[in-house]
Amino acid sequence: MIGDQPSTLLDKIWNNHLVHADPGAPDLLYVDLHLLHEVTSAQAFDGLKVAGRTVRRPDLCVATVDHNIPTTDRSLPVLDSIACRQMEVLRENAQSHGIRLFDVGDERQGIVHVIGPELGLTRPGMVIVCGDSHTSTHGAFGALSFGIGTSEVEHVLATQCIPQRRPKAMEIRLKGDRPMGVSAKDLILAIIGKIGVSGAAGHVIEYTGPVVESLSMEERMTICNMSIEAGARAGMISPDTTTFEYLRNREFGPNSDEFADLEMEWGSLKTDDRATFDRSVVMDVSDLEPQVTWGTNPGMVTGISGRVPNPDEIEDEEVRDSAERALTYMGLGPGTPMESISVDRVFVGSCTNGRLEDLREVARILDGKRVHSGVHAMVVPGSTAVRRQAELEGLDRVFRDAGFEWREAGCSMCIGMNPDTLSTGERCASTTNRNFEGRQGRGGRTHLVSPATAAATALAGRFTDPRGT
Amino acid sequence: MHSGVVAPLDQTDIDTDQIIPKQFLKSVSREGYGDFLFHDWRTEEGGAINPAFILNREPYKGASILLAGRNFGCGSSREHAAWALRDFGFRAILAPSFADIFRENADQNGLAALSLEESVVRELLARAHNEAPLRLTVDLEQCTVADSSTLVASFEIDDFRKMCLLGGLDRIGLTLRQAEAISAFEQQRWPNRPEVAPESF
Repeated sequence: MIGDQPSTLLDKIWNNHLVHADPGAPDLLYVDLHLLHEVTSAQAFDGLKVAGRTVRRPDLCVATVDHNIPTTDRSLPVLDSIACRQMEVLRENAQSHGIRLFDVGDERQGIVHVIGPELGLTRPGMVIVCGDSHTSTHGAFGALSFGIGTSEVEHVLATQCIPQRRPKAMEIRLKGDRPMGVSAKDLILAIIGKIGVSGAAGHVIEYTGPVVESLSMEERMTICNMSIEAGARAGMISPDTTTFEYLRNREFGPNSDEFADLEMEWGSLKTDDRATFDRSVVMDVSDLEPQVTWGTNPGMVTGISGRVPNPDEIEDEEVRDSAERALTYMGLGPGTPMESISVDRVFVGSCTNGRLEDLREVARILDGKRVHSGVHAMVVPGSTAVRRQAELEGLDRVFRDAGFEWREAGCSMCIGMNPDTLSTGERCASTTNRNFEGRQGRGGRTHLVSPATAAATALAGRFTDPRGT
Repeated sequence: MHSGVVAPLDQTDIDTDQIIPKQFLKSVSREGYGDFLFHDWRTEEGGAINPAFILNREPYKGASILLAGRNFGCGSSREHAAWALRDFGFRAILAPSFADIFRENADQNGLAALSLEESVVRELLARAHNEAPLRLTVDLEQCTVADSSTLVASFEIDDFRKMCLLGGLDRIGLTLRQAEAISAFEQQRWPNRPEVAPESF
């Protein structure tokens, strides 16, 4: 409750961070954690310098290198001199402003949205920003966490505040029984398929219901991560004992003396019973199956037993045009069964699905088997810590024995800024978040899937329901 | 007030990966992205210019108003998308809706991302093809879009955004005027709310 008004989780975090409000102007919110990486920060630091400003709270900033970084042998020099320069500039900026940087060679380096939670930096009730749209990931902890542009990065560096219009609150309630073998990735792909890629524009989504409550933290992160693909400003899940247990014994997490008090406070971070959302969507997940995208945005998705749709059967002209264009780009004919489509590449990784549980699931399916002869497959762990732990558990051996490449941590083929890209016409089953034209390399054809589906597909050489393997 | 040639791009959900592909995000400058705007649509495989793409054709090479389908600018938060559009010469984008982060990035760079009724956009798209080149005048003060003779649409924009676009407000300077409130907020907050200050750094 705020005063005696029932309120949403969004309202509570918003009001807790409200520094200043002027009628007509955006609210000024305090930022608890500002995450930085090499691609969207250089111009912001430069802007500060030009204006003669400084970083207000370097102690609330954390930087890492993830987007550009090669995932091959880290002892070799980076061949791309422009990418190299960008990483060098981040080093210089971090050093001159006293910002903590988890650089190449640091055991804590990794994709910014993987390391935040893993290090205990991400906590319930925070406002977190980063110059990256997948910042929505951290909402899994009951934080308000969203992506910003470079001008806003500069704004936050200078003021530790961000001016924001209050978004609307949208509830997505998952009910029913989640079928065995249907992953968090399948849930979020199905949600985006239902509400569309702009279905949550202007809103912060709160995922609720027993299906959500039963998810692990890593599964919750996968769901919140892709909120942006439905157009949402952020996605969030109210913190509970699953959240609190995850946060224990993290390097930068709260110490054990603080924990009891914090749990009490975090426990109040939930939407009140009588609070109302601006919009509510209920989805029964009982009949869901593993999902595969067929087109060029994440909303163009179907079940693994489904077929590529026929644009002629789509009534809305614009939707039909998009579908036609997507099928041309993807090189697919209407009515093609998804399970008949063969792939050239399989990619496991990213801030969506590059965590330990994802890798364990892939290893479980690959164990003792070999990747199809026509498939080039790779695993890129989301962080160096994920890589180390996977190696301790022997997962790397399972991957290598199966014919997967086992790489160093980074964004890699999710964005294809480093040398890991698709060639024209190559088709990839990918555990990433975007299947836009050219996303993984010009002319590359990306199909978004869960880690389990990626693994089963790697073995069969075509899209395959992981529940049969 | 801005007048210019309208380039119609009849597509919905144009994402920022199309507006400026990732290989151009490695620069540390805010300038020089115009040549790479819609790169993979503007060029053939191998780099030759694709003569069929609208921005490679006259009179659209000098277009300054872009007309597009709903949810323009979805996907990645890269401000490079707004920089590239500006750099090419666009001053306004008219579409039924925009992705939230893109619209903010556009605002920050004096690029007017204005939402018009879907039916109006459809009509303008048709006119832009049939009456090429269609020239429109966007009046931010009056919140109107007009052709040479008549008003064709009006749009809503809040005064703050309008000020940002018209005057190029120093947004950071505006926030820094609240320096006392920010300090006060930090003071009252930190001792009471240890969870928000990872002071173990």
